[in-house]
Parts: sequence; C-alpha cells; structure tokens
Amino acid sequence: MTVALEMRGITKVFPGVVALDNVNFTVRRGEIHALCGENGAGKSTLMKVLSGVYPVGTYKGQILIDGVERHFHDIRDAEAAGIAIIYQELALARNLSVAENLFLGHELKRFGIVNKERMHKESERWLREVGLNVDPRELVGNLGIGKQQLVEIAKALSKNAKILILDEPTAALTEQEVGILMGILRELKQRGVTCIYISHKLNEVLSIADTITVLRDGQTVGTYPVSEVDEGKIISLMVGRELKERFPRIEATPGEVMLRVRGYTVMSPDQPGKAVIRDVSFEVRKGEIFGIGGLMGAGRTELVMSLFGAYPGESRGEVEIEGKPVRIRSVGDAIRAGMGLVSEDRKKYGLVLGMNVKSNVSMASLRDFAWRGVIDHNRETAGGLQAINTLRIKANSPETIVGTLSGGNQQKVVIGKWLTTRPKILFLDEPTRGIDVGAKYEIYNIINQLVRDGVAVVIVSSEMPELLGMCHRIMVLAEGRKTAEFPASEATQERIMKAATGGMEA
Amino acid sequence: MNTESQTAPARTETGTLARLFRFDARAYSMIGAVVLIWAFFSLMHERFLTPTNLSNLFLQMSVTSILAIGMVLVIVAGQIDLSVGSLVGLTGGIAAVLNVWYDWDPVSVVLVTIALGSLIGLVQGWIVAYLAVPAFIVTLGGMLMFRGILLGTTKSVTVAPLDPSLKAIGQEYLPEFLGWIVGAIGVIGTAAVVLWSRWRRKRYGFKVAPLPMSLLHTALIGVFILGAVWVLNSYKGIPIPFIIVIVLALLFTFIARNTVFGRQIYAIGGNPEAARLSGIPIRRRILMVFVLCNTLAAIAGIVLTARVNAATMSAGTMYELDAIAACVIGGTSLMGGTGTVTGAILGALIMVSLDNGMSIMNMESFWQYIVKGAILILAVYMDISSRRRKKTA
Repeated sequence: MTVALEMRGITKVFPGVVALDNVNFTVRRGEIHALCGENGAGKSTLMKVLSGVYPVGTYKGQILIDGVERHFHDIRDAEAAGIAIIYQELALARNLSVAENLFLGHELKRFGIVNKERMHKESERWLREVGLNVDPRELVGNLGIGKQQLVEIAKALSKNAKILILDEPTAALTEQEVGILMGILRELKQRGVTCIYISHKLNEVLSIADTITVLRDGQTVGTYPVSEVDEGKIISLMVGRELKERFPRIEATPGEVMLRVRGYTVMSPDQPGKAVIRDVSFEVRKGEIFGIGGLMGAGRTELVMSLFGAYPGESRGEVEIEGKPVRIRSVGDAIRAGMGLVSEDRKKYGLVLGMNVKSNVSMASLRDFAWRGVIDHNRETAGGLQAINTLRIKANSPETIVGTLSGGNQQKVVIGKWLTTRPKILFLDEPTRGIDVGAKYEIYNIINQLVRDGVAVVIVSSEMPELLGMCHRIMVLAEGRKTAEFPASEATQERIMKAATGGMEA
Repeated sequence: MNTESQTAPARTETGTLARLFRFDARAYSMIGAVVLIWAFFSLMHERFLTPTNLSNLFLQMSVTSILAIGMVLVIVAGQIDLSVGSLVGLTGGIAAVLNVWYDWDPVSVVLVTIALGSLIGLVQGWIVAYLAVPAFIVTLGGMLMFRGILLGTTKSVTVAPLDPSLKAIGQEYLPEFLGWIVGAIGVIGTAAVVLWSRWRRKRYGFKVAPLPMSLLHTALIGVFILGAVWVLNSYKGIPIPFIIVIVLALLFTFIARNTVFGRQIYAIGGNPEAARLSGIPIRRRILMVFVLCNTLAAIAGIVLTARVNAATMSAGTMYELDAIAACVIGGTSLMGGTGTVTGAILGALIMVSLDNGMSIMNMESFWQYIVKGAILILAVYMDISSRRRKKTA
C-alpha cells in the first residue's frame, strides 16, 4: 500500500508549552489508523495542524499528501486536499434538514437560488453510502446522535474526502450504533478512503484499526500493526507504565439500605402520557457500588435526574433514604437529604467554567462556608485546597479557573463539589466519559475510597467493562423498565446486553 | 473522605504580590483610562481639572452610577433591565407628586418611593423568573408602561419645586469637617479591613503579604481618599449624591463578592444548568436581582428629582442605556457571569468624564453621542481581544 499522508517532524509550541515535539505520523492509503494517547498527549493538536486549523507557519515540520508537500492556510485548503475532520462535538445545524446540512456552505444553486430537489436527490445518494435510511428533509435535531454522526460522515464524503479524521466518534453512541459505524468504516476502507481514528475506547480501536500510533506528552511513542499489540500494551505505551489492572475493584461491604426506590415512574415532560421510567424498584446499600446499565435512551439519566429532583417530568413512587420516606421536589431537597449527582456532561451541567476551582467546589454547599449568608473566603480556600489535595487535582491553586484544566481534572472538580456536601448517596452519571486512561483509574480509586467511607454509590455507565469492573450489583434498564438485576459475580457482557435490548431475565 | 492523600503539597495562593494586585489588572487599566481622559481634557481646557468641575462631575455621575450598580447584578445573572430609565422618571415623578401636590414629608416620600421601586422589581422579576418571559421583553414593556404611567400621573406637567429638605438629597454638600470625618472613617475602615483579613488568612495558615506591603497598600488608598476629600472640600464639600453612590457601591461590592447570594448570581450567569444542579434556587435569585435593581432605580429617581428640583416627563430617558454602557465598559459581559460593581462605577466615570469634558470644551452635544458610542464599542473590542490573547496564551 502507498503512503497517503505523511507528517514529518511536526513541532507546535504554545506559549509555555511544547504541545507537539518533532512528531512523525505516516498513514497508508485505505487503512484505518488509530491515534491513541492520553488527554493532552497532542492528538487533537496534531489533527488541527493536519486539518488547517493551525495554519502553515504556526508550526514547524512538513505535511505530505500522496508524497507532495502541502501548505494549508485554513480549513478550506485542507478540505480541498481531501482532508475532513469530524469533531467530537458534532458540528451540525440541528434546525436544518439533513440535506441542508450536507450541502451547508456549498449549496447546489441555480441563479443564486437553492435547488432543493437536486440537493435531496444528491443527499439520498450520500446517505446510502453511509447506510443511513432517513429522509433528507428530516431535521437533523430529530435524529439520534448515532445518525447525526453518520450524516457528518456523509457530509465529509460529499466533499470528496479522501482522509477522514474521526475524533472520539463513539463517545455518545450506543453499542448498536457503534456496530453500525464500524461496519460503515470498514466499507469505506474497501473503497479506498483512509481513516484516522481517535478514541479512548481501546476495544474499538483493536477491533477496527489496522495500525496504531501512540502519542505521549507530544511525542510519537511508536506505530504498530494492530496484530502486535493488545489492550494492556497500548495502555502501557500511552501512560508509560504498566497498569496492573484497568479497574481497581474492591470487595463490597454491604451495610444497611441507604436508598430504597419502589414503583418509581417518571413521566416525560414533553409528551403527555408517556413514561420515561416505568415502575422501577431497587435498593442501594451503604458500602457498595450499584451500577445502572442500558442503552442510550433507556432512561438511566432520567431516573437519576428525577431521583435528584432535577428532572422536569412528574414522578410517582416511593423513595426512602435510610428507611425514612422522602419527597424530593428540588435539587435543594436532594442535597439536604444527602444526595449528590455528578452529572453526565460536566461542561454543560457540572461546572461554571469561568469560575475558579474553589468556587466550583463550594457551589453546592456554599452555606457551609458562610455565616449568615456571608462567605468566609478563607474557609472556602481551605475547602478548595482540600479537594485539590485529596483528589489530586492538577491545578496551581484554588484560584485556578476551571476552564483551563484538562477533562479529567475538571471531572475531579465536579466530584470535589459533591464530596464537599458530604453526601450519603452519590450518583455518578458517566463518570469517566471523555477522560484519559490514567485519570479514569484515579477516579475509580476515588469512588472506591468513597465506598470505604460508607457512601452508597450509584454509577450510570454506557461502558460495560466499567460496570462489570467496578460495580457490585448491576441493574439494567430497557425502554424505561427494569429488565434485570444481578450481582457482579453473575454479570457478563452478554447478559447485560441481552437485558439492555429488552430481554427480561428471570 | 480521608484518602491516602497527604502526598500533594499544600499549595496556597499564587504569589502574594500578584494576589495583592490581582485585585483587578482590569480595574487598574480602567483607572488608567480615566487618568488619560482627564489629562486630555485638562490640557484642552484649564477649567476641567478644578475642584468646582470635579465636584460637578461626581454629581453628574451619581444617577448613572446608582443605576449601573443595580444593572451589574442583573447582567451578571444573564438578564437585562431596559426599564430603569423610565423607572427613574416614574419614581422621581411620584416622589415629586407626593411632596409637592400632597405635601408629604420627605422621609415618607423617600420610603414610599423606594418601596414602590422594590414592588415594581418584584413584579418584573416575578414575570421573568416564574412566568419565564424573557427579561428583554418584560423590561421593554416596563419601559413603555412606566413612562406612560408617569405621563398619566403628572398630567404631563413639570412638578416643582420640592421641599428644601428633599431637595437637599440631590443638591447639598457635607460641611468641611464632616467631610474630613468621612475621609477618616474611610481610611481607618480600609486599614481595619486589610489588617483583619491578614489576621484571618494567617489563622488559616495561608501566606500573607509582608506587613509593610499591606501598610503601603492601605496608605495608598488612604492618600487617595483624603486627596479626594481635600479636592471636594476646596469647593463646597462632598456632594450628598456622591456619598450615596459610595455607600451603595461598598454595599453592593460586598454583596457581590462576599455573600452566598452574590456568588450564586455569578454562578447562575456563568452556567445556569450547573447552578440549578448545584441546588441554587435560580428563580428566587433572579427575582431578587430585579428587586434590587429596581429599588436602586427608585433611589436614583429620588436623587435625580432632588438634583434638578423638579420632576419632568422626560426625566431618565435613555438612562438604562447609559447604565448598561457603564457596566459593559466596566468589563461586565452581556453573556452573564462576569462583571464587578467597581468596574461599572469606573465605566460610569469614564462616560461622564467624556460628557463633562466635551461640554466644557463647548463641543456641540451631538459629538457626545458619537464619542460615547465609539468608546463603548472600542472598550468592548479591547476587552474581547485581550481575553482572546489570554486564551491562546
């Protein structure tokens, strides 16, 4: 196979930081090439150099496409050279139709008027290419995340992309959607499209990629055929050390029941009469980790948000905390009752990015740092320092602005916020999404310490290995109903999957 | 929790010096802008930098400043209030009507007018927070309605003259010796706050600036305060409206920086979803922000009416825009989440200095609009570009 892309000696310096240090990266035509590395290893920077986000001249080194050196002054130059990047955060206009999105910026026109008919026809062709069966007139906002992803890919193909860069494409997809995406990528490969695949999910990388390049601290560690590596090897290359195990599992010491939920039903706020959670019952004990699994849209987030008083839909059913019935009508009620929720999307729901670490840490328990409504700044600083130290947050001081921290450290700040409320029950919704391996491990250790300290922990996760590796009991939801619950010892990926797709287990 | 965590060293604040002056590199750059503007006008006209004119300038900025103080909170919470200009007219008008037509005593007039402002804030805030009508619309409606109510109540005539003691709120000056006492209180208060917070920080084991540094800092502020008192005393003394501005500015700076309420306002403006999921009662806080803003508008209305010794139909027209401009020039982001009371006051000072300077130079008034508009855009551009630099750095 010939070389499609070669990046030679790429060095990119930001004030004070060398983000890329003489990186070499070679991709052969028609292969799926995975780019692995912890957050901050330089993957995104490298891809931004490649896609023209950082124009020529702002970095050192050469980019060769099909053996010819190219200079990209902006994204358009890169697109013209056949490079398309699909970002983690989808860049589609939700209020426009699929066809309008596909041709956004290069609409098919006749005398300056958009030719809708032709756009729809053309769209259908590209949608077929990615195996997506939707009406081009459908609004993108009405599609699931997985389908939106495919629209993005179709859009890239329609621009004649020869090198497709996918940045964490499966972060928000269900297992099923991941399967579809994998199939399409393999098909594209058959047709000679080259693919650069960035992902934290190593099992995906191993199943789809032909070649793997590992970056660490802005340097190339090496490029390997996928047959020569396994998960442990990649992780050790990424972090530069052997991780003994991915999940630092501890034994459960189940104590009294902290949270008991019986016959819990949550109504949809938008569609009257529709229940997003139906008649769910479960118990969480002190000193154990209770996992909630299921596919996206099964109602996991809705369940924990509703229990936490943060979901707009009506709820019915009994909730007891430490044996006492409670009625949670607001987040304030939930916090007073001893609950905490590390929510799914930390940037959207968890943090005020423009504020500093200590203000975020104290946010849910500010009254504890105040006397008669007046904040004691020193006590608050001490609280921020404590969070920084106990959670090993990499921040210069409690005054560091949270938006400048890495994803893993931001997540620790969110956790710190809830630890500061000294919760009895802590819900963690996708606690390690978009976080690099090393930070994940640290977060697992923090969770374990909480369990040892007697907190009842509930983890919602889309990653099955995480559920299996960390939780002591696992409940599975499918379409708002509880379809299974088993102790960790009896849980397997297959059983969880079966329950998640709706198969009831006895 | 008590993890095996003593490994990380207990880092405290960044350098003490940085901390001392971190108190807003931005505030200092604005003070720099004021100095530049003042230097320019004093070169252009010898009467600009005289005690008489400075006293006048502080008097002129009082109404905008009071409005801007309330507006900062509203904008920081991610809202807007377009009604404060009309509200100044309405409350000022009501105060005049009660005093002139119904012979109410000044104390009752002031109390009732302020209560009226609070009540209007309660209604507007309630519609915004609980009925979820966008603040822009609610206060735009309020702006029209309050002006209408003013015209209706005053039957479109100018209501004047006021009772002398009510008039004093806008026109009197502190006698010289009282001025010096206020100055002394300011200096002693500053010293007390500086020393007290040093002591508190020490008790927590945090680093503090070396004592001479703190004393120097205090001394600088002290010289500034006493200097201002001296200048104002060499005309007629400290204007009462200026005292009102200072008191409100201190109070609201304290609310913004040191209270749970204030912090929660910043959190709501910074990320409403995160604030909600942290248990902050967003609607109640937003309601309260409007109550405070409109209460301040009523105070501004009284000050304005007292200063001109009359209530006119057009009083306060476009003041909401001056207040918003002062906030924005002072670094408040219309996106919500950032902004300071000090900044807004400095913003008001910049705007009023331009007004004052240009009229002293006898420039035609159309220039004032043009220059103020240009300065507003320039200030925001500089702010945005400096933030962008910081981000890429």
